[in-house]
Amino acid sequence: MLAPEESAALLLSLSVAARSVLINLPFAIGVAWLLTRRQFVGRTLFDAFVHLPLVLPPVVVGYLLLVVFGVRGPLGGWLYDTFGIQLAFSTAGAALATAVMSFPLVVRSIRIALDGVDRGLEDAARTLGAGPLDRFFSITLPLIAPGILAGAVTAFAAGLGEFGAVITFASNIPGETRTLPLALYTALQTPDGDAVAARLALISFSLGLAGLLVSELLARRLRARLGR
Amino acid sequence: MTLRVELRKQRGDFLVDVAFGAPTPGITALFGRSGCGKSTTISMIAGLLRPDSGRVIVDDDVLLDTGRHVEVDARHRRIGVVFQDARLFPHLDVRDNLEYGLRRAHATAVHAIRFDDVLGMLGLEALLARRPHELSGGEKQRVALGRALLAQPRLLLLDEPLASLDAARREDVMPYLERVRDAFSIPIVYVSHQFDEVLRLATRMVLLEDGRAAAEGDLATVSRHPALRAIVGPDAVGAVLTGIVTRVDAGLSTVRVGDAELKVELDSAAEGQRIQIQVLARDVIVATESPRGLSVRNVVPARIVAISPDVGRSVLVELEIGRAATVLARVTSRAAEELALARDMQAWVLIKTVSLRGHAFSMAAGQDLTGPAR
Repeated sequence: MLAPEESAALLLSLSVAARSVLINLPFAIGVAWLLTRRQFVGRTLFDAFVHLPLVLPPVVVGYLLLVVFGVRGPLGGWLYDTFGIQLAFSTAGAALATAVMSFPLVVRSIRIALDGVDRGLEDAARTLGAGPLDRFFSITLPLIAPGILAGAVTAFAAGLGEFGAVITFASNIPGETRTLPLALYTALQTPDGDAVAARLALISFSLGLAGLLVSELLARRLRARLGR
Repeated sequence: MTLRVELRKQRGDFLVDVAFGAPTPGITALFGRSGCGKSTTISMIAGLLRPDSGRVIVDDDVLLDTGRHVEVDARHRRIGVVFQDARLFPHLDVRDNLEYGLRRAHATAVHAIRFDDVLGMLGLEALLARRPHELSGGEKQRVALGRALLAQPRLLLLDEPLASLDAARREDVMPYLERVRDAFSIPIVYVSHQFDEVLRLATRMVLLEDGRAAAEGDLATVSRHPALRAIVGPDAVGAVLTGIVTRVDAGLSTVRVGDAELKVELDSAAEGQRIQIQVLARDVIVATESPRGLSVRNVVPARIVAISPDVGRSVLVELEIGRAATVLARVTSRAAEELALARDMQAWVLIKTVSLRGHAFSMAAGQDLTGPAR
């Protein structure tokens, strides 16, 4: 079975990935909504900016996070001085870095779902007395739930394996920021770590596969409920 | 309760510029070809589309007046809409769909339309637990109608609710529309491009042509408008008469139209009931002398009011019967010449009973409409 530090890495990975999804969702829903439903100046640029983590080297994302959220960064400094919160080199920081990396995936998934929503249904709700927020929560949100869920599960699976941004921004601290891929990397740097590395790789492989399958199953089930 | 509408909207090359009214109770048909601006007009009345300028007034409530910068949001207009594609919420079952508007109905509104009543009237009891994708097209439209009613509207807009259904399903849904029309004193604007639907459901009609209201009034008047002839096609040209059933005798009903009497076959009719009868121009024969020895049951004295050109080598003769109504007769030009048909001439019209199509209206719907026919 797993050594204590290995299961610690596994649990930490699960926790970091879960937290990254929670950070992601509200922003991703908002951004996807803006990109599909609103016309504004700079929309194309904003769209590109949202997708940047897909094309940037993860190390660059980690570095930018350090600049902004480091203890001496504009946001990080304020957080530290006001609330005593330090994101860099912490578990929360690892979750943040993971969230930023998977953000485009979630936005993309929700956006496709939003594009598929029949605006006529929202109009119908409006004639039945529903205000904008009411319409969003009673009609739009349930209808895009499959997309949100699929995005969340994909982001969770991807988040289990985030390496570059995490090690740059949150470093490789056992029990705090040493997630599965970081543990695997550490094992490879250690003499006789091959067996550990293989086990960790197998775990990563299984988790990723399971995540993708669960995502597909859930989406199918929700679509069936909506009769599509 | 009355609706008054004046709306203008430019959409690309197409200008919608309509003005009309709808009194209560009963159905006002908004009739015209596809693409003549019917749905655009409905969207603007409902508040889902902003016109360039115009007014929408229900009773004394100004819902829209661009001149005075008044624009009530669609959700506060209390205008129920039934769309062609039903637009039921797919993630909710029938009960939750029906209750959607009911739960959000204005606290100030009198909740006059009750859930159980609508359920019974539209036959929805057995459907409550189903989801929209488990319903047939006709069932969907019934649920959509119930949902709109339960939001306690003061005006109902039905945007071609039967257009996506096949002929059999349309027949299934029609009685429900008649019931709703007769049960509630809510004015209904019914959009359609099928004249038989209009004939059966509506007592008033607004004829829309190229984005403008070409004619407006009771069905008998508008049915004779030249623009309508072009829309329905030569075979469906005719006049609509309104009359009162005076006697029912084994399926053959006697209907009084002004001073004249017509025999009509009606499936269900009661004495005193108001009915609309369509008389197609191709089914009317004109005689210059009182004919005898014919199987035709309807021989009515008439006066020629006008003669106008028709398609091909025929003319349309407009004849007044019973000092109250007008029928159209299609006659070949040659026959018209040989009989020397002319204005103000005394004549007789012959109409086969089997060629008449009549639809009865309950007194509730008819009461306010029994005023002068023109």
